[in-house]
Amino acid sequence: MLVAEKSSPHYTATRNPCKLCTPLGAALAFSGIEGALPLLHGSQGCATYIRRYLISHFKEPVDIASSNFSEQSAVFGGGDNLKQALANIRRQYDPALIGIATTCLSETIGEDVPGILREYAQQDGVGTLPPLVHVSTPSYQGTYREGFHAAVKALVTALAGAAAKKIRPLAQTINLLPGMLSPEDLRHLKAIVADFGLSAIMLPDYADRLDGAQWTEYRPIQPGGTPVAAIGQMGQAVATVQFGHVLALEPGAGQQLAQACGVPLASLGLPIGINATDAFLTALETISGRATPSAYRAERGRLVDAYVDGHKYVSQKRAIVFGEEDLVAGLAAFLAEIGLMPVLCATGGKSGRFREAIHTAAPDLAREDIRIEEGIDFKTVETLAAETEADILIGNSKGLHLARALQKPLVRVGFPIHDRFGGGRVRHIGYRGTLRLFDRIVNSLIAQRQNTSEVGYFYM
Amino acid sequence: MTDPAKITDLKVCSLSHPDPEKIKQELIGKYPTKVARKRAKQIVVKRVEDEDKVPQIGANVRTVPGLIGQRGCCYAGCKGVVLGPTRDIVNITHGPIGCGFYSWLTRRNQTDADAGPDGANFMPYCFSTDMQDEEIIFGGEKKLKQAIREAYDNFKPKAIAVFATCPVGLIGDDIHSVCREMKAELGINVFGFSCEGYKGVSQSAGHHIANNGIFTHVIGTDDAVPEGKFKINLLGEYNIGGDAFEIERIFDACGFTLVSTFSGNSGIDDFARSHTADVNLVMCHRSINYVAEMMETKYGLPWIKVNFIGAEATAKSLRKMAAYFEDDALIARVEQVIAAELPAVETIRAQILPRTQGKRAMLFVGGARAHHYQELFKELGMSTVSAGYEFGHRDDYEGRKVLPDIKIDADSRNIEELQVQADPTQYEPRKTAAALQRLAAKGIKFAEYDGMMPAMTNGSLVIDDISQFETDLIIERFKPDIFCAGIKEKYSVQKHGIPLKQLHSYDYGGPYAGFKGAINFYKDIERMVNSRVWQYLKSPWQKNPELAATYAWQ
Repeated sequence: MLVAEKSSPHYTATRNPCKLCTPLGAALAFSGIEGALPLLHGSQGCATYIRRYLISHFKEPVDIASSNFSEQSAVFGGGDNLKQALANIRRQYDPALIGIATTCLSETIGEDVPGILREYAQQDGVGTLPPLVHVSTPSYQGTYREGFHAAVKALVTALAGAAAKKIRPLAQTINLLPGMLSPEDLRHLKAIVADFGLSAIMLPDYADRLDGAQWTEYRPIQPGGTPVAAIGQMGQAVATVQFGHVLALEPGAGQQLAQACGVPLASLGLPIGINATDAFLTALETISGRATPSAYRAERGRLVDAYVDGHKYVSQKRAIVFGEEDLVAGLAAFLAEIGLMPVLCATGGKSGRFREAIHTAAPDLAREDIRIEEGIDFKTVETLAAETEADILIGNSKGLHLARALQKPLVRVGFPIHDRFGGGRVRHIGYRGTLRLFDRIVNSLIAQRQNTSEVGYFYM
Repeated sequence: MTDPAKITDLKVCSLSHPDPEKIKQELIGKYPTKVARKRAKQIVVKRVEDEDKVPQIGANVRTVPGLIGQRGCCYAGCKGVVLGPTRDIVNITHGPIGCGFYSWLTRRNQTDADAGPDGANFMPYCFSTDMQDEEIIFGGEKKLKQAIREAYDNFKPKAIAVFATCPVGLIGDDIHSVCREMKAELGINVFGFSCEGYKGVSQSAGHHIANNGIFTHVIGTDDAVPEGKFKINLLGEYNIGGDAFEIERIFDACGFTLVSTFSGNSGIDDFARSHTADVNLVMCHRSINYVAEMMETKYGLPWIKVNFIGAEATAKSLRKMAAYFEDDALIARVEQVIAAELPAVETIRAQILPRTQGKRAMLFVGGARAHHYQELFKELGMSTVSAGYEFGHRDDYEGRKVLPDIKIDADSRNIEELQVQADPTQYEPRKTAAALQRLAAKGIKFAEYDGMMPAMTNGSLVIDDISQFETDLIIERFKPDIFCAGIKEKYSVQKHGIPLKQLHSYDYGGPYAGFKGAINFYKDIERMVNSRVWQYLKSPWQKNPELAATYAWQ
């Protein structure tokens, strides 16, 4: 049934935001490069707040430097601060790369960061510089999603030049642009690709750095990440695989590699659910020329089996899904698959591509009476939720108050997850990740019924 | 049971204790000359030659770009710390989304929402003007006005506060004129804070701006004198983990009347009549001493420094408060309360002491906690080998006697110093000159704080605004038994195999203040310093390489 567009109640102020700021995304992406240090050009508070948020989620060290603007640099420019910061970071950390993201402050005063970096590189005694990769990330443009992909693109643009086209392609090597997945997802992805006999240059790769082991010796920068040299080889890969139907509609790193280096781009949805994971594995079959390994066939079988057995719990139920656009689109497709209707898909992002992305991910949803809202905050979601009669909420931990107001369970996925342990170890993707999500969703619905039952049944 | 007096005399040095002077040289050796010179002033080995003299320390100076510190910004100190814990002011962040989002119920301030007459509690809400490109170019005042109206329509609050973020000052939005206009339009108190993130050297600048704003717009606006005897204000207690609830419980038991707390578990009406109290008690000197000073000048309330972190310190502070009022019944009642509370504390302490005694702690936190928590560690028989503040000033380290010697630099000059005078009608000195002298003779110090350094042992290492890099290094060298800081340091410290106790958020536990809080702290620290998790660090194949080899051959 086709339903006319509904308009949301209009508020000028943002009340309980459902998005994070742009430089956070860039800092996260830079944290996935081996030996790299992110540097925010602006007030120290931005680096502190962003570290605080990333660390609370991943429960790992996250070092982000700042150029520490003073009132004076806010007026006269922060070029000297940036140069000082670069010099001091190199001396303490000897980083393999420095990722420089701007903030609202440096953007508002119109800092010429590339110019400052050129001046710095030309200073006497500056020595052999690590790559200095700059990305523009004012928080008044876009959200953390845009910041993340802009940083990935800046890395590719700076390091994987057109020269790579002339070099012999790297056989059986693909580029993987996973988007903002969890370290656990990234580990799983690498394993899947390896099982197809492919090697992947995954950008970024914070699997180890943001979910690492105890140190046996002091490490100034946590080990792990995409090697800088590997980014330089991305132009030689046989293909690029990127996830995200919103990202697919944007000129990102994948397009950059296709245009500058001629690397074919496969743009897929996040591999959540059977259809999307099938599409991913099919793409890997095509690229590698190998059939899907039997272990994955078995996983798929178990997942379908669980869908069958769990159908009675989820079918016809209604969900509110919120968070970063591409994650919501991926989840919506999976939910549609299991008959749990994503009656309200919400994001604080405002890419203008959210609806299209959801409809691409799950064409069936275009015919359903669901609301898709972008540029929305939690208070507005709460207002809309009154008419959704939702049974369950799926999103990040900032949905807690919404869940409490609606008295419905919240299944925590994505970022941030600050009020549960193991945020970095949530697995969302592949057949295995989907199965885990499915179990969690089913069990949340069961627990809700059991907790509200007076009898206290042992069987649910 | 161990005598507390003896605990304080415990030797700091154990055999593995490295030479702090050498560590200092190693710390600054990594920096270029100019930076090294600056850091050398901020890293001090405590030595006391004559009684009152502690070494001078560099503090409240701008962090060198590229040294990853733990400091927040001016906005964080203003909105997040001082005004965040007040339940019935609607706080609106004027700026792009990040700042509002990151300060949304992030600190662990608790509040009793039912304490106010209307049950208003806006702390769980995050209001932001969420500035976009358009406002950066054309100005955001219109959007701010609309946001204020919406906040009013939503909640009909008594007051709305507006907080400026970095771009606001730069694009020239005049939040104060917007606030005046909206105050007239809505008929409620609306006031703004120019706390752009780049101002000052740390969140400390934001505290000062918040103090000024509250003093200008709220304090003294309601002359109704609350009922009750022995009226006090508690300044610089933010009710992290319910600390203020425990302190309030003790105040009630003793018979004090708490007029207002700045700003844990507070409401705006309490601030409005806080000038009617008899004395101001200052807990966190750094964040709130400005209010104490200004209230003394304008209204005649003296202030004394107190500390409710540590059972002994709590008892001492309560006695000081009772002595101030010079009332025998009150003095007796306070003694009764202390006598009733201490046995439970001592029982637990005696059980735990054998498992904590002799262990070594480091504290790098805030502008008061790095000092106050040394008391609790002393009670556990633990020594503080190194400590420092994130945003303290020299007076917080060396005592207020150094105030006249502190040079005003460009960053401090930019923060307004309010010119305050005695109010023609509201000024009323609470104590006569003779009474003040009498109390001073009994050892009650007014408007005085001795700072952290006098309380520390000779040879301990004091580091202001410690960087992540320096943190890693001193941990490697000292291998303390526990490190106290915040979430940003927690996981890197724990990667070294050292437990980190969060003292900003209490690891989401607490309270740690007062008598019951001390018991909680003893138990929590005991668990952490005796955790057996570290024994798993080495895997069997690391312990026995030949075993691994055997498996590999098979």
